[in-house]
Amino acid sequence: METSQPHAAGDPVIEVTDLNRHYGTGGDRYHAVRGVDLTVGRGELFALLGTNGAGKTSTMELIEGLAAPTGGRVRVLGHDPHRERAAVRPRIGIMLQEGGFPGDLTVGETGRAWAGITSHARPLDEALELVGLGHRRGVRVKQLSGGERRRLDLAMALLGRPEVLFLDEPSTGLDPEARAAVWQLVRELRAEGTTVLLTTHYLEEAEELADRLAIMHGGQIVAAGTVAEVIAGRPSRIAFELPAFTGTSLPPLAGATVTVDGRKVMVKTPALQATLTELLGWADRHGIALGALDARSASLEEAFLAIASEAGHRPPADTPAAPPARRKLIGLAR
Amino acid sequence: MTTATTTAGPQRPRSSGVGPRSTVVRRLLALGRAEGVLLLRNRTALFTAVLLPVLLIGGLKSVLDQQAESSPGLDVDSLLVNGAVGMVLAFVVYYNLTAAYVARRGELVLKRLRTGEARDIEILVGTAVPSVGLALLMCGVIGVVGASALHLTAPVNPLLLVVGLALAVATLMALAAVSSAFTRTVESAGITTMPVLLLTQFGSGLFVPLEVMPERLADICRLLPSTPAFQLVRVGWFGTDGSAAPTGFAGTWATAAPHLVTGGVWLALAVWGAVRYFRWEPRR
Repeated sequence: METSQPHAAGDPVIEVTDLNRHYGTGGDRYHAVRGVDLTVGRGELFALLGTNGAGKTSTMELIEGLAAPTGGRVRVLGHDPHRERAAVRPRIGIMLQEGGFPGDLTVGETGRAWAGITSHARPLDEALELVGLGHRRGVRVKQLSGGERRRLDLAMALLGRPEVLFLDEPSTGLDPEARAAVWQLVRELRAEGTTVLLTTHYLEEAEELADRLAIMHGGQIVAAGTVAEVIAGRPSRIAFELPAFTGTSLPPLAGATVTVDGRKVMVKTPALQATLTELLGWADRHGIALGALDARSASLEEAFLAIASEAGHRPPADTPAAPPARRKLIGLAR
Repeated sequence: MTTATTTAGPQRPRSSGVGPRSTVVRRLLALGRAEGVLLLRNRTALFTAVLLPVLLIGGLKSVLDQQAESSPGLDVDSLLVNGAVGMVLAFVVYYNLTAAYVARRGELVLKRLRTGEARDIEILVGTAVPSVGLALLMCGVIGVVGASALHLTAPVNPLLLVVGLALAVATLMALAAVSSAFTRTVESAGITTMPVLLLTQFGSGLFVPLEVMPERLADICRLLPSTPAFQLVRVGWFGTDGSAAPTGFAGTWATAAPHLVTGGVWLALAVWGAVRYFRWEPRR
């Protein structure tokens, strides 16, 4: 098997097949992860998106090896992360959604303790400098701000120079400056070849950082691919306001859907440039000024909201033996 | 979007300094050291761990003196040393550790530690390092002070003494893990640890020596979780568990045998309970 073979660039570092996770038993049984498939190649940055309760963290915990799946298969660096944790843990770094450092220890003491349980740890000062906490070594953790605590968490995840980094909502609670710094750091790590799997509910973060992403809803992956792939097929939007009297009606815009609400007009089109040209030509010919004109390509945010609301209409029925055919996959993991 | 800057193959270390490979011993020391600092910074825990047992030993002395009046021949000195050792183990290992597990669980420290290289058992043992270390240190002081001030004999069977201490520490650690599962907050640990603490104080021959109890009651008390370990300490040092005249090194093994069996069974049960019930993160 692939267990002992070295991975070439782009080889799958994380492989997840038909992953399932149940909580509880009997009537309280809750099916949190329902048949998730995903593959992350070496050096790739993969983002798991989803609303709260979509199953992102549950999925992450299984891939990190913190819990055993109810069904399905996980391989990280060729090993089962739960059963063969001794082989996997020294090579990965994990940042949970919430800290987990004793408030009465200082930053330095926390770091020293973590260095003591981490193989080949980088110097503590270096790890703290990476996240901009070098000057806070002597401060008790409970006196750190929420953002500083988050960065300490990241520093501890980076202590062992992980080949694979798991970040569960890394920038939640950070101010914009700190968030930009974390993004820059993640980009640098990725440039050095670190494979990153992160969850976020900031779409901007995924758009900014991810090579590929998956959108989760109700425990399933409902869309996956590059940002371009996920957006593909989603319409662009043109919004504007018509003046009170135009004396003429809107031209027929091929392939577009037009919604008029009083003077406000919303045009959804698969061909933004063509539709916009047509529209602007019409306005020009009739001397009409389009107010609050806004034209934008399909964005991840739009795609996300559309996918989430489409998916929301499907009842998350908990039939124990849901056949794979029931899984609706828009776009496929590579 | 992102440009193709992916490097092939494993990542190169960015800096020259690289720490050593993580080993069990290094991990236990690192966890124990951090927990030790936390113990020193927590006045309530420090009071319960250091002052309370000392105060209780004073109470123990007077209780035993009273009983000696009604049961002449009771060896108060040896019982006092044995009782003090048991008391220290109960409070410093069992009570203190229960509170520590609850506190670390509440701060999500245990959950976070599980993401690292330390195995579950190492996290639990590492957290116990300062409690156990402190308890054994205090036992050592009790032994030395007891031996010199009370002119006690040297231990008859030191090996049995060590086995008894180890059994007591292991059982109480496992019981602390079990108790922490039924304790929501550090404050409520005072209540949830009460049953085991009362049993160890009054049912394991510490405050009330088994030989002054009615026969039937003493037999029941011998079956309690912490009794066997404490009796082993007593047999190891003084050559008797109070039920017969002291014997020499060889004879102590026969006296110890039933305690070894019940103690082993309780240790196994406590470990099973810890594995079954221990919670690594707070209830959602």
